[in-house]
Amino acid sequence: MILPNGWVMVIGLEVHCELKTATKLFCGCPNMFGDEPNTNVCPTCLGLPGSLPVLNHEAVELAMRIGAALNCQIMPSTFHRKNYFYPDMPKDYQVSQYDEPINVDGFLVLPDGFRVGVTRAHIEEDTGKSTHVGGDGRIHGATHSLVDYNRSGVPLVEIVSEPDMRTAEQARAYVSELRAILVATGASDGRMEEGSMRVDANISVRRSENDEFGTRCEIKNVNSIRSLGRAIEYEAARQIELIEAGERVIQQTRHWNEQEGRTITGRVKEDADDYRYFLEPDLVPLAPDDSWIANVRGNIAVLPAARRDAVAAATGADASATAVATVVDLQLDDLVVAAVQAGADGRIALARASNEVAADAEAGRALDVAAFTAVIAMESAGEITATQAKTVLGELLANGGGDPKAIAAKHGFEAMDTSALDSIVDEIIAANPNEWQRYKDGDGKVTGFFVGQVMKATGGKADGKAVTAALVARAKG
Amino acid sequence: MTAAPTTAVDIAAAVRAGDVSAAEVVESHLAAIDGREAELHACNTVLADEARAAAARVDAAHAAGETLGPLAGVPVALKDNMCTRGIPTTCSSKILEGWRPPYDATVVTRLQAAGAIVIAKTNLDEFAMGSSTENSAFGPTKNPHDITKVPGGSSGGSAVAVAAGFAPIALGSDTGGSIRQPAALCGVVGLKPTYGAVSRYGLIAFASSLDQIGPFSATVADAAATLNVIAGYDPRDSTSYADGIPTIGSEELAGEVSGMRVGIITELLGDGIADDVKRRLTEAADALSSAGAKVEETSVPACIYGLSAYYLIAPAEASSNLARYDGVRYGLRVDADNITGMYTQTRTAGFGPEVKRRIMLGTYALSAGYYDAYYGKALKVRSLIARDFAAAYEKYDVLLSPTAPTTAFGFGAKTDNPLAMYLSDVCTIPSNLCGDPAISVPFGTGDDGMPVGVQVLAPALGEPALFRVAAALEGSAS
Repeated sequence: MILPNGWVMVIGLEVHCELKTATKLFCGCPNMFGDEPNTNVCPTCLGLPGSLPVLNHEAVELAMRIGAALNCQIMPSTFHRKNYFYPDMPKDYQVSQYDEPINVDGFLVLPDGFRVGVTRAHIEEDTGKSTHVGGDGRIHGATHSLVDYNRSGVPLVEIVSEPDMRTAEQARAYVSELRAILVATGASDGRMEEGSMRVDANISVRRSENDEFGTRCEIKNVNSIRSLGRAIEYEAARQIELIEAGERVIQQTRHWNEQEGRTITGRVKEDADDYRYFLEPDLVPLAPDDSWIANVRGNIAVLPAARRDAVAAATGADASATAVATVVDLQLDDLVVAAVQAGADGRIALARASNEVAADAEAGRALDVAAFTAVIAMESAGEITATQAKTVLGELLANGGGDPKAIAAKHGFEAMDTSALDSIVDEIIAANPNEWQRYKDGDGKVTGFFVGQVMKATGGKADGKAVTAALVARAKG
Repeated sequence: MTAAPTTAVDIAAAVRAGDVSAAEVVESHLAAIDGREAELHACNTVLADEARAAAARVDAAHAAGETLGPLAGVPVALKDNMCTRGIPTTCSSKILEGWRPPYDATVVTRLQAAGAIVIAKTNLDEFAMGSSTENSAFGPTKNPHDITKVPGGSSGGSAVAVAAGFAPIALGSDTGGSIRQPAALCGVVGLKPTYGAVSRYGLIAFASSLDQIGPFSATVADAAATLNVIAGYDPRDSTSYADGIPTIGSEELAGEVSGMRVGIITELLGDGIADDVKRRLTEAADALSSAGAKVEETSVPACIYGLSAYYLIAPAEASSNLARYDGVRYGLRVDADNITGMYTQTRTAGFGPEVKRRIMLGTYALSAGYYDAYYGKALKVRSLIARDFAAAYEKYDVLLSPTAPTTAFGFGAKTDNPLAMYLSDVCTIPSNLCGDPAISVPFGTGDDGMPVGVQVLAPALGEPALFRVAAALEGSAS
């Protein structure tokens, strides 16, 4: 979206992700989404009197992985208490890293090469989940509230970007890339719809890139990458309209309303809570030793950017192509690269993987490389048509494997031999002289007509590319 | 047959030897409680049925030929801020009305594993905030030596339980002197171990960086026997010492102090300390000299700022630790039209005036714009105090001071003047700020005939030296 009158927006994102640990951050309760409410609880995550926190080693490991993947320095760190009252926070304070976070000064490179600074990525505990009954779903006006403490104490990492982004598209790309990194490192499952990844956007506008930052608003309750883009564009437009009308932007938290497609006022930041942060006395400083840090850095999974590069190199596609991103996102890139190494045509392998295999990615990740390679080889050799190749692949995925040749034979798939195809093409040209004249005059739109006619005549067995080639040869001849 | 054993060490030995049954021990102590509890009000809950059942288990184990633990059959009284599964744990506050913990504190588990029998939960200043046990929501505890006097606090009930013979040993918690000061006022031994020596898991927090559980007992040897059981690494407490602390044995308890270097803290001999208390301290110092220790006065300059730093740090932590008593999940709830009203009314009704005062003090000290001037500065003073004590321990094995500035005072004497009450802890607070161990040993009486305590201080993990000197003082006390 181009902003009116040369306005520029400035976007910084705060992304909370739940870590994929077996247990919670400070106790041994299972870290499990979707269980019966208040079943995964104990004295510590219920904040009962006398209970104490003990830091989960695995959560630290995953937080360091995120830091390493985001090119951060991994630092000695501490935990603070953030004090405020809310029913879903059982201790009425949240344990969070404050002025000494574990990961600082990193960056993330978007697929187009744009670099977004990462200020910090720190560890904190999640709260319980409130459901306010009666009223409009908020605590004020509710008749009563239900609280599920299963989520209380689930480990989170909050990743704070620099205000480096200038468009909604960049913000979407950042979240999408960050999500891919979190999934690739095994740190989080990155499910925005389940709330395991939550995005808050800080947005301000200014008249030109050289001006000071404007007053920002923080947008919460954005539940998908698509909503993020909409919310940012709405909010920027709202702020510009305000300023152009001679009013000013008031720093505040605003909630995105997906149905109405607009942001609404939440809390005004000028009377912001005083959280009275102080060092959490029940925990000791966290100082991972050098060998632990080195071990984490040395064992980071290959990140999405490098995997896209590998797919691009193997297939000849552009690294920023959608098909490349799709196979990497769905972890089908290993299949494609392995098939190409086994001799498959890269362009066809990428096309089939990013479409037919991607449609059932779980089966695709389990697909035998040799079988996939064989299907691609049969298609590229013209032994079966593209349509037939899709059918064979579909059966392989549905049945969890099989012999591609046998599947093709079972369906009676075989490429038309050239002479048979030639005579059918000639018959169809003869039967449609007007269309053929248009084709010869350069009307590309009738190509589809001829291919369709041939397919109809051959029961779908003809190879579309061979038909096109035959048409070209006859037009020249 | 010899007289019935009275100390924990002797009781456990007799129970293990089969000279006395745990059931007999429990009955005699329940009888002692029956005799004076109505007058003294040391206990919030007397666990007669539970104690009898536990005694039966110990006796059955003995009959079955099982090896009994080091505290077999020994009754123990617990300050009512330590969680006991299924048994009310009140912190002597209305706000925990009706709450029964679903779990035991680590110290309770360790005591029970050693064969000890929990006989009572004892009264305290609400949430351990106070120096006289007058701040209990359930009424004050009386000093058994003179029931017109306070027992000290905040662990007044535990000190009285031992002084009145309700139990040979009791546990208290010490945040600024809450074990040592009532021990001194009641004429019993009271130990605050090194911070991290005893797990805090299940101790309801007042000020987490200062709180430490420790024993009361009639003898130094019983304090050692109890410490040996409750101390040790606990994976549930991140601040617990991974390597534990040294076991105290007969060598430390022999009272051999020849050649030990003892420093008397000059700053704790000032105007605020009563003359009769100072005289007892001098006698204690002389006794150690006679036993071969090198005793001299030494200055620990930052010591005098301890009280001020403490009354910022402890309330700050308390303001956060006590936030959870909000009426949402357990304890008292006063219903209101909305959530803020429910919070306010619950906390207004549930907390007593001293707790409210400290929550407000602490909230203020941590607030934006005041943090640096108050809490931040207090933390700096805390490191200065630690630095000065560390310097003193380069020259001395232990330090010596009065435990409390005066003997036990009368009810109401300081209730209208919080600052005067706070001064009761001037000698004991520095050890909490430093995380160091300190013990109060009874040493004669004041002009009023009430007990006087002498405090021995040591560096972190210095319990062995502490016990050597404590045993020597015990042997020479008149």
